[in-house]
Amino acid sequence: MESAVKVERVFKNFQSGKTQIEALKDISFEVGRGELFGLIGPDGAGKTTLFRILTTLMIANKGNAWVDDLEVVNDYKEIRKRVGYMPGRFSLYQDLTVEENLSFFATLFGTTLEENYELVKDIYVQIEPFKKRRAGALSGGMKQKLALSCALIHRPSVLFLDEPTTGVDAVSRQEFWELLRKLQLQGITIIVSTPYMDEASLCDRVALMQDGRIMDIDTPKGITQKFSKPLWAVGAADMYSLMNDLRSDERVDTCYPFGQYHHITFAEVNQEIQGIEKSLVDKGHTNLSIQKIEPTIEDCFMELMNQ
Amino acid sequence: MSNTAAISVSDLTKQFGDFTAVDAITFDVKQGEIFGFLGANGAGKTTAMRMLCGLSLPTSGKANVAGFDLYKESEKIKKNIGYMSQKFSLYEDLTIRENNRFYGGIYGLTDQQIKEKTQFMLKHLHLESKADTLVKALPLGWKQKLSFSVSMIHDPKIVFLDEPTGGVDPITRREFWTMIYEAAHRGTTVFVTTHYMDEAEYCDRVSIMVDGKIEALDTPAALTKQFNAKGMAEVFVQLARKAKRSDN
Repeated sequence: MESAVKVERVFKNFQSGKTQIEALKDISFEVGRGELFGLIGPDGAGKTTLFRILTTLMIANKGNAWVDDLEVVNDYKEIRKRVGYMPGRFSLYQDLTVEENLSFFATLFGTTLEENYELVKDIYVQIEPFKKRRAGALSGGMKQKLALSCALIHRPSVLFLDEPTTGVDAVSRQEFWELLRKLQLQGITIIVSTPYMDEASLCDRVALMQDGRIMDIDTPKGITQKFSKPLWAVGAADMYSLMNDLRSDERVDTCYPFGQYHHITFAEVNQEIQGIEKSLVDKGHTNLSIQKIEPTIEDCFMELMNQ
Repeated sequence: MSNTAAISVSDLTKQFGDFTAVDAITFDVKQGEIFGFLGANGAGKTTAMRMLCGLSLPTSGKANVAGFDLYKESEKIKKNIGYMSQKFSLYEDLTIRENNRFYGGIYGLTDQQIKEKTQFMLKHLHLESKADTLVKALPLGWKQKLSFSVSMIHDPKIVFLDEPTGGVDPITRREFWTMIYEAAHRGTTVFVTTHYMDEAEYCDRVSIMVDGKIEALDTPAALTKQFNAKGMAEVFVQLARKAKRSDN
């Protein structure tokens, strides 16, 4: 696989008052051309720092990185022509209109909206009705679409999207991911970060990041297959006392609420379920259900955090 | 959970010019209940929440919050509620202790009360060694747990949480919900918004707003059944897909 992005043993530190913050600790990975690659992790994991280094806006303390086979420090000018970057914070000109923002970014890259219209068409038609409106007066969803259009205007070979779906409702998130899939079909490599674990399954491959480190990197399926123990979903009428009872049972290793159920693992891999069921019934639990389930990315993320 | 209403709302409406942001919503929240307030971006959640906190006057309709009338006693409402959001919580360049003193002072607690509250909070959160650390030096997960505690420093009857777990790691997110359960257990009413659909399942009851109206309100189990869905995520998508307006 030819790589669109290559990162080799990158470290980045920041000074905050008297304390040294290690934002990135020995990060290495590769993204193949045309891949939809996800950086999954909470705030403070180092996702934005990594994006800034790859888009040549920041220099690593140690290590090397390449985008399109160009080195991020020496070839920064060439890289800037080729990548598209949508930062987490809205960074367009609030007092320019939609149209003006688009033509401004097009001019910077020596192109026009018309030249790459096929690429942005699906997104642009949604903001076109507001083209005379100032960007600052757009809704959150529309701002996001404008920012994506601006990031795509020069047909970048690699597109970096920093938390495009944060604070966005479940329906709009789904729609946004459908857009990304369409862009991928046009041959663009996409690296996207998100704190929503459920979005990991929509990527070709993901890196699970926490506290400046990559805990694992694989296909979503590959990650869930590595979960170390059988996982069970337990439900009952009173979920709060069920959680307390499970957590105080020494046969239970981990117990985390997961929507309608609690996901649990046992200290013994071959734990007999009848015994658990009986003691929960004895404690007065009703509507009890216990079933073996496949782990989600979030289960795996928590297991990796605990290691 | 008792049957007394902590929040009682009828036909509450807010118009901005010819735009009806909140369109005659009616609901009750019981004392000690964890009430999930869901909706798509732009459905009117924030506007509704601002009214309930006494920060914005309704155009019409009635509401009683923590036993006080929204029109006549908004200052009393503010004293009896707590508020926390992902965006605004603690002062980053004050220490934990200083934040407590600041918020305790705002709510009229005595020095002695502030001292006791601070000690209890630090112990409960295992943050004793960090009392004099600047808030900005704390990891996000701690900040969120801390600001939840600070939002309840004056023992409010109701606490409003606006997307309290956004961007937080999955383990801390669950610890945060354990804190919510504990608060509700002690009798505090919790009014919470979230974009995490698994969190909707943790609520006693959930309302879903679409285009300014409350389109569904019930326990997660009943809603799941009513919409013939697998869980709240599916219920939400079914309802929010009908929305005609986005968040402008």
